[in-house]
Amino acid sequence: MNWTWFHRLASPPYLYRTAGRLTPWFAWPAAILIFAGLIGGLWLAPPDYQQGDAYRIMYVHVPSAWLSLMMYGIMGIAGGIGLIWRMKAAHAVAASAAPIGASFALVTLVTGSLWGKPMWGTYWAWDPRLTSELFLFLLYLGYMGLRSAFEELQRADRASAVLAVVGLVDVPIVHYSVVWWNSLHQGALVFLGRRAMPFSMTVPLMLMFVGFTLFSLSVLAMRLRAEVLNRERSARWVREEVGA
Amino acid sequence: MAEASAWAALRSAAGSQGPAVPSIGSVARLMLERDLRLAFRKASQLVQPMAFFVIVTTLFPLAVTPNLVQLRRIAPGVIWAAALLSSLLALEFLFRDDAHDGTLEQFALSGRSLTGLLLAKTVAHWLLTGLPLALMAPIAGAALGVPEAAMPGILATVAIGTVTLSLIGAVGAALTMGLRRSGALLSLLTLPLVIPVLIFGARATQLAIRSEAYRGPLLLLAALAVLAITLAPLAVTAAVRINLE
Repeated sequence: MNWTWFHRLASPPYLYRTAGRLTPWFAWPAAILIFAGLIGGLWLAPPDYQQGDAYRIMYVHVPSAWLSLMMYGIMGIAGGIGLIWRMKAAHAVAASAAPIGASFALVTLVTGSLWGKPMWGTYWAWDPRLTSELFLFLLYLGYMGLRSAFEELQRADRASAVLAVVGLVDVPIVHYSVVWWNSLHQGALVFLGRRAMPFSMTVPLMLMFVGFTLFSLSVLAMRLRAEVLNRERSARWVREEVGA
Repeated sequence: MAEASAWAALRSAAGSQGPAVPSIGSVARLMLERDLRLAFRKASQLVQPMAFFVIVTTLFPLAVTPNLVQLRRIAPGVIWAAALLSSLLALEFLFRDDAHDGTLEQFALSGRSLTGLLLAKTVAHWLLTGLPLALMAPIAGAALGVPEAAMPGILATVAIGTVTLSLIGAVGAALTMGLRRSGALLSLLTLPLVIPVLIFGARATQLAIRSEAYRGPLLLLAALAVLAITLAPLAVTAAVRINLE
């Protein structure tokens, strides 16, 4: 297998330009898919026989929950690559992914509790999924806190990468321990996804899934460009690039 | 004096190349002895986590209710939350002094396994906080109305659970050892990672109090401890090396 493309990504100017070239390819399909998904989910899909219109929040909630996990995966894997091969570009990816993942975790928590109010009658229930999402959010905060605590960039990169890799091992354990914890106390809740949904409800959800994923990748590419520029601010190619 | 001879042994371990080089096991044992001796000379550091544990458990009868029947119901949570916080309290100093005076740097250069030496320090931390906490937990439990029959169960649960707390806490302590004020950050890093210990620990304690079989969650705690012993020292070593560079 040819790994040249991967090695070339280690060069900051190349990474900067590649990220810039990829951004519109992620952003435009994302805009179209999210628009279509919103129309499908908010207007065309029928109201749920039990939950009425309140279920529609899942079109934001479920993709956000998926992305909060995916961004953690990207962050942990990029951190691991940065640690093992001492690849600075990988650390830049990890640093750009963390705030995106944290934002999606927050969106998941907020939409989850907004949905919980009409459904469970309370904004917050110690439901296993909500609880482990909360811990994921706290892990993101810890990661970003550790990163900002160091003055030296290289040390911040490598120390936070160790934390991200430890978290990668720990997140599934935390998740399943929380699930078992609650199932020991009360019966499993009936989740939306477990019941068969009609086609008109599933299609918008799929559109939103892909749309949100592409959207977050485009944001990642944009943040990565800013991150690379900031890291290489004293390099000559940056001065040429920004025309200063 | 004994400490000086321990140091001489460490130094000769690093310098000599002959067959007289002590094994990593004996160097780690010296390390452990040194840490324990240092802790007993500075007794305040040894006593503070215990006093903290007692104070936190006293808060609940005062704040919630003095009724022993009700206290018995919340006892597992109280004991475990207090144990978690007390274990965290001592972590901040786990690597700090040795990082400041260059001791850790010498370990890294000694040619001995840094992982082994750091594991010895972590074992010392468990012996100085985890084990005393395990011995205190039944006493705190008695004050919270826990029946005597549950005492061995509580002792075993806290003793095994704190092994994982010390090991994961050591990762956090190693990551933050170069930072000036790391207390709050250290808790933010460590607490989300040790949630499984809290869950299974409190569950086992609860079952022990109700005199039901608590083996299941206890074995899960032991599994977590084994996993932590296997993986955490690697992360601790990586974090220490990054902060020494």
